[in-house]
Amino acid sequence: MQYYLEFIVAGLGLVLLLWEAFAAPKKKATLAIAGAAGLTVVLLALIGTSCSSCASETPQWMARFVNNDSYALFFKGFALISTILVLLMSFDFQKIINKFTSPDGSDTNAGEFYCLPIFACAGLMWMASATDLVSIFVALELVTITFYVMVAFMRRNVGSLEAGVKYLILGALSTGFLVYGIAWVYGATGTTEIAKFVDLESSSALLFGLALIIISLGFKVGAAPMQLWIPDVYQGAPTPITAFLSVASKAAGFGVAITILRPFLASPATQGSVVTILVVMAAATLLFGNLAALSQTNFKRLLAYSSIAHAGFLLLGLATSAFDSVLFYLATYLVMTFAAFFVLALIRSEEDSEEISALNGLAKRNPLLAGALTIIMASMAGVPLTAGFVGKFKIFEAALSNLDKVSWLVIVIAFIGAAAGFYYYFKIIRAIYWNTNENQSAIQLPLITKVSVIVLTIALLVFGVFPLPIFNLIG
Amino acid sequence: MLLALLLIIPLAASIAILAGAPARLTTLGAAALNLILGLFAACCPDCAGTISWLVLESPAIHFSLGLDGMSAVMLVLSVIVTLAAALSGSCPEGREKLWYSSILLIAAGAIGAFISTDLFFFYAFHELALIPTFLMIGILGRGGNERKAVAWKTTVYLAFGSIVLLAGIILAGTQLESFSFEHLAAVENHQNAIALLLIIGFGTLVSLFPFHSWAAPAYASAPAPIAMLHAGVLKKFGLYGLLRVGLAVAPEGMQHWLNLLLVLLLCNIIWVGFVTINQKNLASMLGNSSVMHMGYIFLAIAAAIASGGNIFTADGGLTLAASAAVLLMFAHGISIALSFSLADRIEAKTGTLEMNKLGGLAKTAPKLCFLFGLVAMASIGLPGLANFAGEIMVFLSGFEGWTSDQELGPVQIATIIAIWGVVMSAVYMLRAFRNTFQGPLEAKCENVTDLSLLEKAPAILLSLVLLAVGLYPNVLLNLLK
Repeated sequence: MQYYLEFIVAGLGLVLLLWEAFAAPKKKATLAIAGAAGLTVVLLALIGTSCSSCASETPQWMARFVNNDSYALFFKGFALISTILVLLMSFDFQKIINKFTSPDGSDTNAGEFYCLPIFACAGLMWMASATDLVSIFVALELVTITFYVMVAFMRRNVGSLEAGVKYLILGALSTGFLVYGIAWVYGATGTTEIAKFVDLESSSALLFGLALIIISLGFKVGAAPMQLWIPDVYQGAPTPITAFLSVASKAAGFGVAITILRPFLASPATQGSVVTILVVMAAATLLFGNLAALSQTNFKRLLAYSSIAHAGFLLLGLATSAFDSVLFYLATYLVMTFAAFFVLALIRSEEDSEEISALNGLAKRNPLLAGALTIIMASMAGVPLTAGFVGKFKIFEAALSNLDKVSWLVIVIAFIGAAAGFYYYFKIIRAIYWNTNENQSAIQLPLITKVSVIVLTIALLVFGVFPLPIFNLIG
Repeated sequence: MLLALLLIIPLAASIAILAGAPARLTTLGAAALNLILGLFAACCPDCAGTISWLVLESPAIHFSLGLDGMSAVMLVLSVIVTLAAALSGSCPEGREKLWYSSILLIAAGAIGAFISTDLFFFYAFHELALIPTFLMIGILGRGGNERKAVAWKTTVYLAFGSIVLLAGIILAGTQLESFSFEHLAAVENHQNAIALLLIIGFGTLVSLFPFHSWAAPAYASAPAPIAMLHAGVLKKFGLYGLLRVGLAVAPEGMQHWLNLLLVLLLCNIIWVGFVTINQKNLASMLGNSSVMHMGYIFLAIAAAIASGGNIFTADGGLTLAASAAVLLMFAHGISIALSFSLADRIEAKTGTLEMNKLGGLAKTAPKLCFLFGLVAMASIGLPGLANFAGEIMVFLSGFEGWTSDQELGPVQIATIIAIWGVVMSAVYMLRAFRNTFQGPLEAKCENVTDLSLLEKAPAILLSLVLLAVGLYPNVLLNLLK
């Protein structure tokens, strides 16, 4: 069962597409609810089959490509939860989708929007357990190609089209890097099976291949020098897709990076060079993300730069081989990013604006939302007793216990980045509470947004005080 | 469990208030209950018990609470000032939820920081208290749009301090067995870096020169209970941390930076002292005076560093320098809270805190005058009031172990200079008192009514504590033994 969940997810996507085409429901957004319900069942199946006693032998025909260890299970759950949240967010975002897909604002052209994330989810799940460079590549492309469509989905909005073109061109470029890198690694080692990457001699061909792979994964996670697409694509894409991109693309990149780089980070022959590449990228990413975020006035763009900054912290964790810290950080990043984007999608629907100034006076218009957004931003900034702090704490701890690998300068940059984070995240809190808005009317929360924001915010607080369960989950 | 209760009561009360419970009543009830429980726990640390739950395996982090002499004194300070703060100030119409829940959250954060026995939560609870502080200054502070700038500056400064502090704590923590206080010990590597990070980090939170410029404006614009809680209680977190953590993990590093610390603390006393003399506004004057008085407590810490960094004596008590620091922290916490509480009343009755618009208040409000006179005397260091006991011990600790045939060391020289700060305190406090309460009756002070019973309550509570500790400092010193 455990090994066929991806097929079930892909099948679910196909069924929904057929339903949409031949017997469309009255409201297309119903598809999102159906998809979310289907994925929830898959998630329960995943949890049910992941206990140690019910683990079954990998079927012979896929054993060469698949390995369901605890990391893989973690990432599968991660993919399912984020896709469910994306679908739920899309439901409350339907007004904007409809507006930009058909001239009369009806939902005739919006159907596929609620089916596509499911295919990305299947790709993410395959990728999580893939153990061969080729299967990793195929799974990653399934995700990326789905994203090309979703980013440009609001076809009557110039911003969305621009984002789509930018994402496509740069994405294709990074795919090129990845294939080329895989080819070099294959040439140097004679295999694409990751399990066989042991006791390798360090050669310049191998290192060149690895560098290409790291660079192309840098594109997925938004790390310098491949981060330039992030702000424009994030700003242009439909908000639920931005959230998906920001969480799933980053998780995919880091999941693959952990799978591929783990043997190279463990082997003394290649460790030094790989760590150097990662640390330099981390430093550049932290600097760029945090400094550029300082001056943003658009909330969505701010979140884009903040996502670059988070990638910098994650790279630091990767470079020090603190994989469980990376996974924990990703988990908290999922929670706070989705919570923030739920709020952003709501503001976009209500105010038709994504500027920080649209949040002015939110405390008077909806105290609950204001309180939740305060906690979310505090968590992003890394204020203690929120999950975001534990994530940063673990990364800093990993960096400071590996002073032989990570230079002082990079650690100083990371701390400056965290301090800068306080500055730009608290700008949001400042707008919510200190500034006043001409529009004093109360904001009504749709049911799904309300429940999701409350649940995610509470999760931030609970895991901020008691993070042990997530670490136990990671194994 | 008693210790957990001390945290749960204010947190639960603040959630209840947000959910719609009667704000003032709930707050006063919670604060009074906490005062009783807190005093009980401090008198009998054994009945308070300890708590330790593992929340993270690697590095080992526990949610652990416990009390010893030093934290018991800080706990008592917190619960007393919380009740006084809840009774002080006048909440604007319609903002009760925000006002009272912030007071309780800050109190919970401060109490949590002082009773935590794990570095992680010690740091975390302090931050919990900072967020409502920023919000309250920005939303309900004094003075138009200026308050937003002040609140923003405070946010940026304190966030900077916290991050630097975090770097120091983690750098030390990674070399320790766990983050628990019981495993605090001098670390092997990077002591100098750790000491500098901790001095700057804690120092920024305590307004050590040159990271002090946020403090006076923040206190001048904060609503009275917030100023009382922050200046009185929360700011002591940094000093408590330096004593408890800084000296334990990096004694040699602290020695290395001792001269720097002495110069900075003298700047706090002398430089900020002159700045304080020059203030025209009563609230800014009090804010600056609080920055200046931090210098004395740093002086006690410097004395503790110079004597080797071990703050515990062989029988488990505190050394003279550490007791002096704790006693003065307590005394200053009570007296500055009382000052801000009374200053708020002066503003509420006259509509201004500009000293040149005030005058002759003693005629119309004699009780207010008496209480303010009392706290002014306490700040100057008049014997019989708590601050005197603290200051005299600080100066004595500066000369501890020094004999007349030795040359004067840096700590002794700093102590001699610092004593002049007392004169400066006398200058600005007496001038403020004269300008406000004596002289011809100014127009704004003509139709002033004296303090009502309810307004007097927090002031009387705090002044009784000042007197009690002043006349019999052993009440606290016994706790430290």
